[in-house]
Amino acid sequence: MLKIRQTDPRSPRATRRSFLAGGAAATGAIVIGFRLDLKNTARAAAGPDLSGVKADPNAFVRIGADDTVTVIIKHLDMGQGNTNGLATILADELDADWSRVRTEFAPADAARYNNLLMGPIQGTGGSTAIANSWFQLRKAGAAAREMLVAAAAYQWKVPAAEITVANGVVRHAASSRQARFGELAASAATLPVPQEPRLKDPSQWTLIGQRTPRLDSAAKTDGSAVYALDIRRPGQVTAVVARPPRFGGAVKSFDDTATRKVAGVVDVVAIPSGVAVVAKDTWSAMKGREALKVVWDDGAAETHSSDAILAGYREQAKRPGLVASERGDAEAGIKGAAKVLEAEFTFPYLAHAALEPLNATIEQAPDGGYDVYAGLQFQTIEQAAVAAVMGTTTDKVRLHTQWAGGSFGRRATPTADYIAEAATILKATRARAPVHLVWTREDDMSGGYYRPTIYHKVRAGLDAKGGIVGWQHVMIGKSIMIGSPFEAMIVKNGIDSTTVEGASDTAYALPAYRFEVHNAREGVPVLWWRSVGHSHTAQAMEVFIDELAHAADVDPLAYRLSLLTGAPRLSGVLKLAAEKADWDAGSKANGKGRGLGIAAHESFGSYVAMVADITAEDAKVKVNRIVAAVDVGVAVNPDVIRAQVEGAVGFALSSVLRNRITLKDGVVQEKNFDTYEPTRMSEMPVVEVHIMPSSAAPTGIGEPGVPVLAPSISNAIFAATGQRLRSLPLDLAGLKGV
Amino acid sequence: MLNLTVNGVRHTVDADPEMPLLWALRDHLDKTGTKYGCGIAQCGACTVHLDGQPVRSCQTRIGDVGEAKITTIEGISGRVAEAVQGAWRKLDVVQCGYCQSGQIMSAIGLLTDNPKPSEADIDGAMDGNICRCGTYQRIRAAIHEAARTLA
Repeated sequence: MLKIRQTDPRSPRATRRSFLAGGAAATGAIVIGFRLDLKNTARAAAGPDLSGVKADPNAFVRIGADDTVTVIIKHLDMGQGNTNGLATILADELDADWSRVRTEFAPADAARYNNLLMGPIQGTGGSTAIANSWFQLRKAGAAAREMLVAAAAYQWKVPAAEITVANGVVRHAASSRQARFGELAASAATLPVPQEPRLKDPSQWTLIGQRTPRLDSAAKTDGSAVYALDIRRPGQVTAVVARPPRFGGAVKSFDDTATRKVAGVVDVVAIPSGVAVVAKDTWSAMKGREALKVVWDDGAAETHSSDAILAGYREQAKRPGLVASERGDAEAGIKGAAKVLEAEFTFPYLAHAALEPLNATIEQAPDGGYDVYAGLQFQTIEQAAVAAVMGTTTDKVRLHTQWAGGSFGRRATPTADYIAEAATILKATRARAPVHLVWTREDDMSGGYYRPTIYHKVRAGLDAKGGIVGWQHVMIGKSIMIGSPFEAMIVKNGIDSTTVEGASDTAYALPAYRFEVHNAREGVPVLWWRSVGHSHTAQAMEVFIDELAHAADVDPLAYRLSLLTGAPRLSGVLKLAAEKADWDAGSKANGKGRGLGIAAHESFGSYVAMVADITAEDAKVKVNRIVAAVDVGVAVNPDVIRAQVEGAVGFALSSVLRNRITLKDGVVQEKNFDTYEPTRMSEMPVVEVHIMPSSAAPTGIGEPGVPVLAPSISNAIFAATGQRLRSLPLDLAGLKGV
Repeated sequence: MLNLTVNGVRHTVDADPEMPLLWALRDHLDKTGTKYGCGIAQCGACTVHLDGQPVRSCQTRIGDVGEAKITTIEGISGRVAEAVQGAWRKLDVVQCGYCQSGQIMSAIGLLTDNPKPSEADIDGAMDGNICRCGTYQRIRAAIHEAARTLA
């Protein structure tokens, strides 16, 4: 039984502002002055100790008289299932009945709902939702539980220490009394909040570590879940925007005569990003835009082709770059090496291509404030951006976060681009009607904010025994942070850690290592794409390590393990994946078009290894099976973790096999799923996910499954065919199967 | 003015006969469970049933629907629909969930015609439905699960 601290319900500190009433969040004007500390998000495991966070049940849980326990979710759920994990954490400490647990997205309130790993910013990203909330929600649940127990103790006149709680019921065994949460909530709400509630010992967890069925399954299988695109406000109009065909372009002039004749079109307005066509419905807005004649001004536009941009990188990489990491003398090591290997890796721009295209609804309320409905991922920034456009203060901007139909990073922009754009249309139409801004698929795909195109060149020397005596690494790509409001805080000595993460800080024991980076400056907007820098650094590191292992004539698993003696969690997942995939036997049968490839990588404080089993045919690869092992600390909800890794494979596979965004004279060529085709059912491999038992504080799994897929497949292709494919998407044209 | 029968209810819609059924459902009849993903029949998010057959509503003009009965995710019922929805929930297939209306409409179509589909049958019936979250493994498992329920 748990020891319960008894609290006197008659305490003068008692307040009615309670978890029962929900405590409407008090929002004050927020001065924009962000500090986004991505060092924390990148390495959540080694991040700050968050156990001192205050217990604030009023912010995170509401218990209804009908026994429902509503957990307030401060993050965006774009499919990664964080609502389930976050609710699980709180519900476990509360000893709630899972079948009565509901979730609700929090309003914008940077004081209450900031991401503890992002400083004063409310936002979702960097696979931090669970990691930053772990102590916050445990404390909130534990405090609420103690308040319920104290209320029962007072009513029953029994010692709190004799009271037990399970499944939403509070009991006193000796007097055979019990009460449901709903019966106690009102009186519990009058109690002071215990500041140091006692947290459970892991042995007492009843939900954490178990499969808690997803709370969103029902609504997402009967059409009732509301996404941003489904928002219907009274009298709303739909807007689509004609934007310049090249990034950085502008409107020179436009003729809307024909547009205004299209049935359903109600307005055409010039806005900073282009020309908005406003109509009664989406179809009419799209027809109206087709009829619009715009003359574009490409004077300041990016007009390069993506091939030329990459060719420029290759040249620039020959010049000295910024040193992001250095130890030992790599050049001297390579000079004295018995064998020298060199490889080049290129990566294309990638679109996020979430299935729900970008969209947002904004309206002016009778009180003069503004209400925004969208898949809001960076609430504090979005609130500030809307306030800036409307010329008001942030307290006048209310945000209503909706389920998001995917994001993969795209809904979190430092500029709040499409949210701000919706506000510009509301302003240009004088807020006559609620405006629903819809980006068509073509707008979404050609609208930039891509995973940057990247070039890596790696050179390493081996001694006679296969030991790595020098590693020189040069990479070039456009920084996400330089030029953003976060530049001053994130970029150190010209180096953006989100560009080089996963390579400059490699876990491999490389005594002589030099990593240089160049920041490219082309006018293509770039952004984090599920796993950010790791989406390319893992491929460069893990394929090249594989090459070195083969050059040293050592088994690729054994070779890695020999270099990871100081990285027990990474080597742990490698061993687990290898064991479950029967690596030793399977890899002996490599060749003749069939092969196993292995890769491992740490990202966002989580460790993932994968063994890919592939069949190579002429100009074609079939991925048969992926065996994954993950170490995310405490597995809050193992089934959601498995789902995220399965999904990471499905998401990333098409970027391994074919996806690329290409620019021709500055114009994006891929506009829809016919030319940028996501993975389909028939291509999906069998995915097995094994979770490493751990008592470490939980980290994230939204992103870490992505980086290792490409190298595991690339290495398997080599094992199957002897052909080394490095750049993504894999150039399968020359592949010879057997 | 056009008449459309959606989920057993007859509606009058004041819209261009060229308008895709998708937008009439979403913007005029408030049936937002049917999703827009691509507008060019590449993703299947807009899948509805016309007289029981799965069609891409983004490519179906309302002027061409005539007397056909339209069923959307909000209106599915019967043994197959219940088996499919039950399996989706039992296996927690969904992630973002945005494509799942279309996936479910395609799966119901498949299992109605073929109560015991092979892996190849599933590939054939479901390859037109994109899930960007990559839930395919669970969709496949849920279809098999629903088939067992129906057996």
